[in-house]
Amino acid sequence: MEIEKYGIVSANELDIAEGLRINSLIAASQQPIPDPDRWLDEELSRNVVITTVDYVLDWARSRSIFPLMFGLACCAFEMIGTAASRFDIARFGMDIFRWSPRQADLMIVAGTLTWKMAPAVKLVYEQMAEPKWVIAMGQCTISGGPFRESYSVVPGINRIIPVDVYVPGCPPRPEGLIHGIRKIHQKIVKESIKKA
Amino acid sequence: MTTVLDGEQIAKEITEKFPGAVVSADKAAVVVMAESLYQVAEFLKNTPALDFNYLSNLTAVDYVDYFEVVYHLVSLKHNHSLVLKTRCYNRDKPVVPSVVSLWRSADFQEREAYDLMGISFDGHPNLKRLLLWEGFVGHPLRRDYL
Repeated sequence: MEIEKYGIVSANELDIAEGLRINSLIAASQQPIPDPDRWLDEELSRNVVITTVDYVLDWARSRSIFPLMFGLACCAFEMIGTAASRFDIARFGMDIFRWSPRQADLMIVAGTLTWKMAPAVKLVYEQMAEPKWVIAMGQCTISGGPFRESYSVVPGINRIIPVDVYVPGCPPRPEGLIHGIRKIHQKIVKESIKKA
Repeated sequence: MTTVLDGEQIAKEITEKFPGAVVSADKAAVVVMAESLYQVAEFLKNTPALDFNYLSNLTAVDYVDYFEVVYHLVSLKHNHSLVLKTRCYNRDKPVVPSVVSLWRSADFQEREAYDLMGISFDGHPNLKRLLLWEGFVGHPLRRDYL
């Protein structure tokens, strides 16, 4: 009795039901389902960087300074030591000291400047292309140092050319010069093309 | 090692040739009159026994009362040396005969002494400032400079 209530479905009815399901699936699957491509747009949006021209220019300039060698006296050896393998200013993108002012944008004046040499410093500074920066390295360059009262020594290179960073010392250690170079970097990244 | 000749001994030889030329002499140096300096230098260079063919140094000293010009002479042949000095008392225009015609190395040294000490070397072919620039006023190594 109980069994008869639910009945036993005949094999023929099962086949009909299966056929209906397949036919309805075929009818619903006439078009291919689109591939998921939303992730492509997201990847693209992560790769588009929005920034300012100032930032890019300053970033490039500060990380590719070409220094001009202007070693006048004993400070020059600390500058050479800074450029050599131990202190290695190539880390800051300053790979090569240029001997031509036309290829340089940072002038490191290292040593006692005499009045007889002063016209050469002025000429070389004027030959450098804009933008250009100057580091005065050592007491003699900054103020004349112990020779300030002398008849032949320039009492401070800022009488001849404008100076961006002063690195004091007699002579400054290479760490000191690197600190000065970092200060130049900080100065460069604040510059704007609006001024230039 | 270069033998340093006895100044007193050389002074005797100079006095024999030029009486009155030597002002004073000691073991270290011979001081001669400025007027007879050139003759003495010529004698020291051209005498075969002395043969001072090389002037290694020429300088000047300010003693306030007078200027002293110092010549360091060396003989490369005999390997001996001598210090020759002369004095000039005229502070306004000190004049010493030039020895460029004897020793070519005196050229720049005399120009340097003229530049920094203001001593005129009579007979120098090109006496102008060497280290300082043209138009510089004064001679900075003088005691009364500044």
